[in-house]
Amino acid sequence: MSINSKIPAGSIQDKWTTYKSTCKLVNPANKRKIEIIVVGTGLAGASAAASLGELGYKVKAFCFQDSPRRAHSIAAQGGINAAKNYQNDGDSVYRLFYDTIKGGDYRAREANVYRLAEVSSNIIDQCVAQGVPFAREYGGLLSNRSFGGTQVQRTFYAAGQTGQQLLIGAYQSLERQVALGNVEMYARHEMQELVTIDGKARGIIAKNLVTGALERHSAHAVLICSGGYGNVFYLSTNAMGSNVTAAWKAHKSGAYFGNPCFTQIHPTCIPVSGDHQSKLTLMSESLRNDGRIWVPKKQGDTRSPNEIPEEERDYYLERRYPAFGNLVPRDVASRAAKERCDAGYGVGASKMAVYLDFKYNIMHKYGKAEATKQGIAHPDDATLYALGKEVIKAQYGNLFEMYEKITGENPYEVPMRIYPAVHYTMGGLWVDYELMTTIPGLYALGEANFSDHGANRLGASALMQGLADGYFVIPYTIGNYLADEIRTGAIATDHAAFVQAEQNVQSRMEKLLNIKGAETVESFHKRLGKIMWDKCGMARNEKGLKEAIAEIQQLKKEFWSNVRIPGSINEFNTELDKAGRVADFIELGELMCVDALNRNESCGGHFREEFQTEEGEALRQDDQYNYVATWEYKGDSQFELHKEDLNYEIVHPSQRSYK
Amino acid sequence: MEHYTMNLTLKVWRQKNNNEKGSFETYQVKGISSEMSFLEMIDVLNEQLIVEGKEPIAFDHDCREGICGMCSMHIDGRAHGPWAQTTTCQLHMRQYKDGDTIVIEPWRAAAFPVIKDLAVDRSSFDRIIQAGGYVSINTGNAQDANSLPIEKQKADDSFAAAACIGCGACVAACPNASAMLFVSAKVSHLALLPQGAPERKERALNMVAQMDKEGFGSCTNIGACEAECPKGISLENIARLNREYIGAMFAGDK
Repeated sequence: MSINSKIPAGSIQDKWTTYKSTCKLVNPANKRKIEIIVVGTGLAGASAAASLGELGYKVKAFCFQDSPRRAHSIAAQGGINAAKNYQNDGDSVYRLFYDTIKGGDYRAREANVYRLAEVSSNIIDQCVAQGVPFAREYGGLLSNRSFGGTQVQRTFYAAGQTGQQLLIGAYQSLERQVALGNVEMYARHEMQELVTIDGKARGIIAKNLVTGALERHSAHAVLICSGGYGNVFYLSTNAMGSNVTAAWKAHKSGAYFGNPCFTQIHPTCIPVSGDHQSKLTLMSESLRNDGRIWVPKKQGDTRSPNEIPEEERDYYLERRYPAFGNLVPRDVASRAAKERCDAGYGVGASKMAVYLDFKYNIMHKYGKAEATKQGIAHPDDATLYALGKEVIKAQYGNLFEMYEKITGENPYEVPMRIYPAVHYTMGGLWVDYELMTTIPGLYALGEANFSDHGANRLGASALMQGLADGYFVIPYTIGNYLADEIRTGAIATDHAAFVQAEQNVQSRMEKLLNIKGAETVESFHKRLGKIMWDKCGMARNEKGLKEAIAEIQQLKKEFWSNVRIPGSINEFNTELDKAGRVADFIELGELMCVDALNRNESCGGHFREEFQTEEGEALRQDDQYNYVATWEYKGDSQFELHKEDLNYEIVHPSQRSYK
Repeated sequence: MEHYTMNLTLKVWRQKNNNEKGSFETYQVKGISSEMSFLEMIDVLNEQLIVEGKEPIAFDHDCREGICGMCSMHIDGRAHGPWAQTTTCQLHMRQYKDGDTIVIEPWRAAAFPVIKDLAVDRSSFDRIIQAGGYVSINTGNAQDANSLPIEKQKADDSFAAAACIGCGACVAACPNASAMLFVSAKVSHLALLPQGAPERKERALNMVAQMDKEGFGSCTNIGACEAECPKGISLENIARLNREYIGAMFAGDK
């Protein structure tokens, strides 16, 4: 199959406007005859399901959690970008577009990114109208802060709970459509298989996780909004249940997978504390607005951080990247932390951590400002500290509390210890400009698709993309396909394709339960995670990747012959559910390594040790790898590469510099 | 802080499904690190049970960072355990010492039927939201976000109410199994904002009616909900809900 990204003709500023004015429409009477399945209810899924329900389509939404409000978008902390230029600091649609392309290390599709920047403003308007309580200034208008990889303040936020507030907004809109009968909600259900008829997506097989029963659901289009696959690493900032199953099943049914190796390792997470660790917790990038990152200048310094004087501290991001300082993009900050720790300057018990220190800004930025406001003429240090602390508390209080609960240390008094952790996956199902995968009628939205972030996502852009896709892109682009489906009529679920798909799921579950081996699902997942982190993590090389592929193939064999799953199919069986997810992660892990091995260059979050500049920065090979690597599933451990060439018409790829 | 390990006795509620009666089972766990989260300790027990050929304990959890609202354990008689303003997943084992016995139960409320072991059905909360916990605005209708200034204090108060994670601890903590804190948080979130104003009367009436229909109990101002709420949702919200509700009743136009 050839790759056609279906980018509209015309100048970049006009593409989306022209598309919207010329795409096919479905009239309201016909919309009521058309069914759409939405898998996942995070920002992308909930916003899509609500918006499509509002338009009059018959929507069925699915989530594996007990309520759509629990989707992991809820945990996003720092904020959401929009090119509003409310701060009068030089922002524009073009600048958001440019920052995103550059931040992605020139591996994203220009037309999609421009559209994302264009609709970003509408998102903020929509969310405020829904009652999302964004942070405000005393004058009553919206407040902004900075995120990495930009020099303007364009990030809207609600304390450290922006994802929660945005998701609640989308969830409320979704529940309103449920109440109106436009959306049927299936919570505690998980997609197990995609059903295609004559090459088109026609439905899914879902499992009712409470009873274990398999259900057939048909539709004229299916939207995969199931998030990213960071849990392939076992330890990540994702929720425990976050998984790749829906996307992977779509891939095995014919949807190409784009840039699977592009993984975001977030620089500021709470370090691993022991083998018992089940997940990692992010400390928002927004903290880098006010936190300064440092390590001791002396290797193996065992003094407590507060005993190390100013002149013996190495603020290595400020030193290496004076123009952006602590606000360099995530991939750059993560690699810099790894470099310092590998060189022996790490801190804490494991020596695999760096400090994130708020003291300077508590005293000098906020303390002083508050003292001036309150007319305190010559404040002493204690007063400055007390005043500044209150400001920091108002901005990041929930994050500081979370840090203290997890580590037992008070971050107002001692600097936070942080280390990079897997956070987001830029790769995902390949989609064209309309967000359609290579299977007609199958779409992918939000983190589940590969589209807008290239090789590295900028902070506060995931929420933007999820909501852009769901509120403002899919409602237009899906009509262009469904306009030709108005004569199809209801799709019968007794079709042979449904029978076969259901049978496949049933046999797979029976097979899993009948292995009755000795090793738990959790143990296999941990082993997979270790292979991925060691050999396909922050730094990769040819030798390691080749080893990883062999190790994963071996792990797969062991899994399918020695996994132990208790219980039976027809009950609430979380171990069986987890086993299905881990089985898919194992297969995906192999593809990620294959992709990382294929890409003989470093770009963004994909750092191949063989390709770096003298200063240790990522070195792209534009003449050979200026393409999206899209993989077609050809059977067990067999993947065929197809390339979507990236044509930069506006931005000229150059060596990224944040110095 | 000193790290240590401990051995514990756990008394855990086991219930096969909603049709069968449940009971407590006693388990021993060894070598638990003070740095583990409470749920990581349960993970250890579950791995142990699987290896022994027994059924692991079913429990709800997802984000493990205190925000999704899915975890829901009643620990030693307290919703989400002994730490103030903390979800079960954020409770850490440094709270306990070697030799301790911990009793773990599901949320207990008629409107939250047990699905299995410690997992309960909280879909009644979704239905309460469906009754009016939203602003009726379709995608694409919004005016510029800054066209309507909102007093900072009101925006902050609205946010504080909107911070509710819908976990149901308020119901589990309340002797009446009342859902007033949950309902009042949503009503307050929207009533404090101009965007929520056009529907505020109907919203208060309809959400309270749905709450009653779901079988939640009445509020008798005990305050256990506020004390156990992991997000510190204030009782003031219940006072506001009462004002909204009475105002809507007497308004007569609805």
